[in-house]
Amino acid sequence: MLRFAAVFSALRLLRAAPLWLGAGILLLTPAAQAQLSIEVTGSGARQIPVAIADFSVLSGSAEQGAALADVARRDLEQSGLFRVVNAEGVRSDESSPVEYALWKERGADAFAGGSLSLASGRIEARFRLYDVTRQAPLTGAAFLTDVAHLRAAGHRVADTIYETLTGERGVFSTRIAYVLKTAGRYHLQIADADGHNAQTALISSEPVISPAWSPDGTRIAYVSFENKKPIIFSHSLLTGTRQVLANFKGSNSAPAWSPDGTRIALVLSRDGHSQIYLINANGGGLTRLSNSAGIDTEPQFSADDAFIYFTSDRGGSPQIYRVAAQGGMAERITFTGNYNVSPSLSPDGKNLAFITRQDGAFRLAVMDLASRQTQILSDSSKDESPSFAPNSRMIVLATEMGGRGTLSVVSIDGRVRQRLSVPAGDVREPAWSPFPR
Amino acid sequence: MKKFSRFLFFFLSAAFSLFLLSGCGTTGAPAETSGAPVEDRAQIAPIETSGINSSTLPSALTDPSSPLSRRSIYFALDRYDIAEEYRELVTAHARFLIANPQFKTLIQGNTDERGSREYNLSLGQKRAEAVKQMLMLLGAQESQIEAVSLGEEKPRAEGHDEAAWAENRRADLLYSGEF
Repeated sequence: MLRFAAVFSALRLLRAAPLWLGAGILLLTPAAQAQLSIEVTGSGARQIPVAIADFSVLSGSAEQGAALADVARRDLEQSGLFRVVNAEGVRSDESSPVEYALWKERGADAFAGGSLSLASGRIEARFRLYDVTRQAPLTGAAFLTDVAHLRAAGHRVADTIYETLTGERGVFSTRIAYVLKTAGRYHLQIADADGHNAQTALISSEPVISPAWSPDGTRIAYVSFENKKPIIFSHSLLTGTRQVLANFKGSNSAPAWSPDGTRIALVLSRDGHSQIYLINANGGGLTRLSNSAGIDTEPQFSADDAFIYFTSDRGGSPQIYRVAAQGGMAERITFTGNYNVSPSLSPDGKNLAFITRQDGAFRLAVMDLASRQTQILSDSSKDESPSFAPNSRMIVLATEMGGRGTLSVVSIDGRVRQRLSVPAGDVREPAWSPFPR
Repeated sequence: MKKFSRFLFFFLSAAFSLFLLSGCGTTGAPAETSGAPVEDRAQIAPIETSGINSSTLPSALTDPSSPLSRRSIYFALDRYDIAEEYRELVTAHARFLIANPQFKTLIQGNTDERGSREYNLSLGQKRAEAVKQMLMLLGAQESQIEAVSLGEEKPRAEGHDEAAWAENRRADLLYSGEF
């Protein structure tokens, strides 16, 4: 496993626009606005050199064209799989002839140029991507967005370039939910995958854990301790309202959505100890799934809805098991070591990420489910809560740096690494969103 | 049918060519000539939770000289059974619950900070359940008792050493008005 330790890019992030509600009351404190900043600490073995010219602006300001190109450049650079070739001073749009000789000389394998135009208050970003070696266009696309969401168009441009050149879907337009603890308060935050545009869905003086995205990306289920005990809420990001999903006697925790979003697996202690149940997304139709004498917790549906993976101490130490989603005999999945917890399944069904304890250190491990081979992907000691990106290539997890909680993003081959942190806060409990619809 | 298909093909080709020409200048068209809308994300409006205010309790539960003012039961590492030294304390609370059937107790189990938050929540639950079971064996009614877990989320000691971890392996009894 190759590890590239030198930090080659530390990016200061822009301040997000303040968040306003209804009649114009500013609801966010400066602390809650704290942005995640990304540091790239490792990169792919081979980086594709790509040049992106500032977008020419047909109507609007030149800064917008530069800003949009910059979003796409940073996205690609932070992915660790691209090297951004200097395109300063080059004016080009999607229709101008490409100076292939120039890009070849600068070492770019691919070149992208595009334009912005304003139409009835919206921005249309058009661009085309070229193969410099073959001197031929590869693809092109146009995206329409409102002026306030110019960054979103930049992410879409980066997604298109990423997918064309790597063959897999990019995650630059996705989001990450996490819990920020700062000044004794807990904030459920939703930020773009590049750390920008962090917004607060919930502020509480009591802990919030285990956020879980609905498959359509419109809701987050989480566990809140605001009533002196753990209760599960289902929170709509569209309306900013929430419902109690489970408040049974005892503890209610570990929500996980089924792939079709109709059911939620959860853990209740109503029958005396932690067991896994299923409930409809509207809170009805409770059924018990697991029936063991020990602890069963941290359920996760497989993407094909066939299995529920979970943590259980039925064999004497916490290990990961799986059971058919309709119930039945459980099959043990992890065997190495005496502490394997927090399963997270890759959406492509190939890999299982989990946390394993080695000599008292908690580390990220990834198992290839076909071969059952496991690789340890970190050398830190306080890894927690892994969550796969929707393209199955990256994993976000919580870890600790200098006594503070930070998030870490690691590729499944362990090569690409990023660190996401907030200057004055503890960041934990990350959950990567599904692809936008 | 075949004729119709051919017609449709020509019609679509012609339409597509026009579409390309009108959309995109002369050097060839981007794959999508009209803008695909980028998802407009509604601004997320935060909710702020409100806590619970505790009211006053009978002095028997709060007077430092009363055994009932002691509300914490500590557990050894990886242990979920009630140690001998806490039997008297739990017995006193069971007697209080029997004598005051209108009172309810919430038992909150806790763990140290090491390991998975959700797994620790389940371990804290085991500690709370152990206290609940003992209270019931001694005659308190199940309807008076709720056992829950705070896992590692509410450490009483904030440190990261053995002393802090020992302080946090604990179950606390709260009474009606405190939860």
